[in-house]
Amino acid sequence: MPAATKDGAPFWRKRTSAAEWAGWLAWFALAVLFVLCFHVMTQNTIWAFAWDAPQQGADLIARAFPPRWSYVEHLWGPLWDTINIATLGTLLGTLIAVPVAFLAARNTTPSALILRPLALLIIVASRSINSLIWALVLVVIFGPGLLAGILAIALRSIGFVGKLLYEAIEEIDESQVEAVRATGAGGAQVLDYAIVPQILPAFAGITVFRWDINIRESTILGLVGAGGIGLQLQSSLNTLAWSQVSVIFALILVTVVVSEWVSSKVRHAII
Amino acid sequence: MTDATTAPRHWRRPPLFIRSRTTRIVVYGGALLYLVLALASIEVNWARVAEGMDRGSRFVEGFLVPDFTSRWRDIQLGLVESLTMTLCATVVGIAISVPIGIGAARNVAPLPVYWLCRAIITVSRAFQEIVIAILFVAMVGFGPLAGFLTLSFATIGFIAKLLAEDIEDIDEAQAEAVRATGASWWQQINYGIQPQVMPRLIGLSLYRLDINFRESAVIGIVGAGGIGGTLNTAMQRYDYDTAGAIIILIIAVVMATEYASSFVRKWVQ
Repeated sequence: MPAATKDGAPFWRKRTSAAEWAGWLAWFALAVLFVLCFHVMTQNTIWAFAWDAPQQGADLIARAFPPRWSYVEHLWGPLWDTINIATLGTLLGTLIAVPVAFLAARNTTPSALILRPLALLIIVASRSINSLIWALVLVVIFGPGLLAGILAIALRSIGFVGKLLYEAIEEIDESQVEAVRATGAGGAQVLDYAIVPQILPAFAGITVFRWDINIRESTILGLVGAGGIGLQLQSSLNTLAWSQVSVIFALILVTVVVSEWVSSKVRHAII
Repeated sequence: MTDATTAPRHWRRPPLFIRSRTTRIVVYGGALLYLVLALASIEVNWARVAEGMDRGSRFVEGFLVPDFTSRWRDIQLGLVESLTMTLCATVVGIAISVPIGIGAARNVAPLPVYWLCRAIITVSRAFQEIVIAILFVAMVGFGPLAGFLTLSFATIGFIAKLLAEDIEDIDEAQAEAVRATGASWWQQINYGIQPQVMPRLIGLSLYRLDINFRESAVIGIVGAGGIGGTLNTAMQRYDYDTAGAIIILIIAVVMATEYASSFVRKWVQ
């Protein structure tokens, strides 16, 4: 423990003075940066609108309640579409992610020099772009509808599933691989009997987890035209039909909670 | 094991997931049926897709030859909004999350406080950022202030939940030792708990900074300021060169923050 002396007697201090000063300096720099950023950010803010927020909020709630529950019958179709976007998107994304993960894992990649960086690039690029931005781009190409949504979810899922899966592959027990190889198994057999059984629980867990996230994300893809319940949300927002918006929010909430429950049940059953 | 004469001569691999044969058939059959139904419900207008291919190739061109210059002012404004709102929201969000996180840890908070804090966390986590952004835009108007409020609110659920879990996982012996010296509740938090969770909290904060930037690139689509709004406008104008430039910038910033935050995390821990 760093100690200091005061009047000749040593006493306990948590840090040395230099470290303490550095710490305070870092906090001060953060505070200055925060004030600066806040100033830049709110340059064009019309504060009259901002101070008004509690009234606006109260007004919003007053218009959103009571929810127009009869609207829910128009939502079953879009909800089915939303679930399909999430599920098919997860499926497609996983199908692409599996080979990418095997190429990216240090112990299974056929070429660490060319293919591994390429696979890692795919994973990083997919992860850095939100599914809503993918959807924005894909709607332009494929037109509004389910297909753009499914592809957006799939493209976004590649990075997530690929990253977690290749980390799981890198953590496998190599002695099992060696044992299977020692029996004279070929490359495909080693994969099938030594590697796949070890990563299968992790793989299933990752996929279900991603499906759960995808349900959340697919509920809003409709805001940019990619199908699902978000389309209804968008049209209700445009017509300021807040009593319908509250119904949609309630339905989204129920769907998300149910999917979270399903995913945690399945993960507990597997792992 | 049965005796040698009746023992099976061939090894058969046990099924990978479901042991019972009937359940397996039902589950896989159900999945197959769902797949057929789901695929059947996709309607694809192939004429529209063919038409879109042309736009797609133009978009790819725009991505390969991005145009940073002609709308640089818009891009710059969006990027500055995104970055400032990310930082402010992360700082404010964490400042609010810390007391809530402490309150949501069962080993330091009394039961009523625990339930209240858990409720706040659940509400914050229930909806994703874009939905919260819609509400804030309706309340405070368009612009980065709505985005700042959205991201701050979303940060609370994330940081407070993980912080509470960390506090629940601490080494109780250390907290006990501090308590044994007759320390007050504040001193227990400061000397028994804070040193144990601080490295994790800093790591989580940096991770959240990352997430907040990614989200700030999206919430602009519903009018909450930031680079997402600029991107949305560019797409609506069919200005794919600029859109490509914006997406490249988003990827670059995300990768830079990810790299920087992993560096700082290593340095802190």
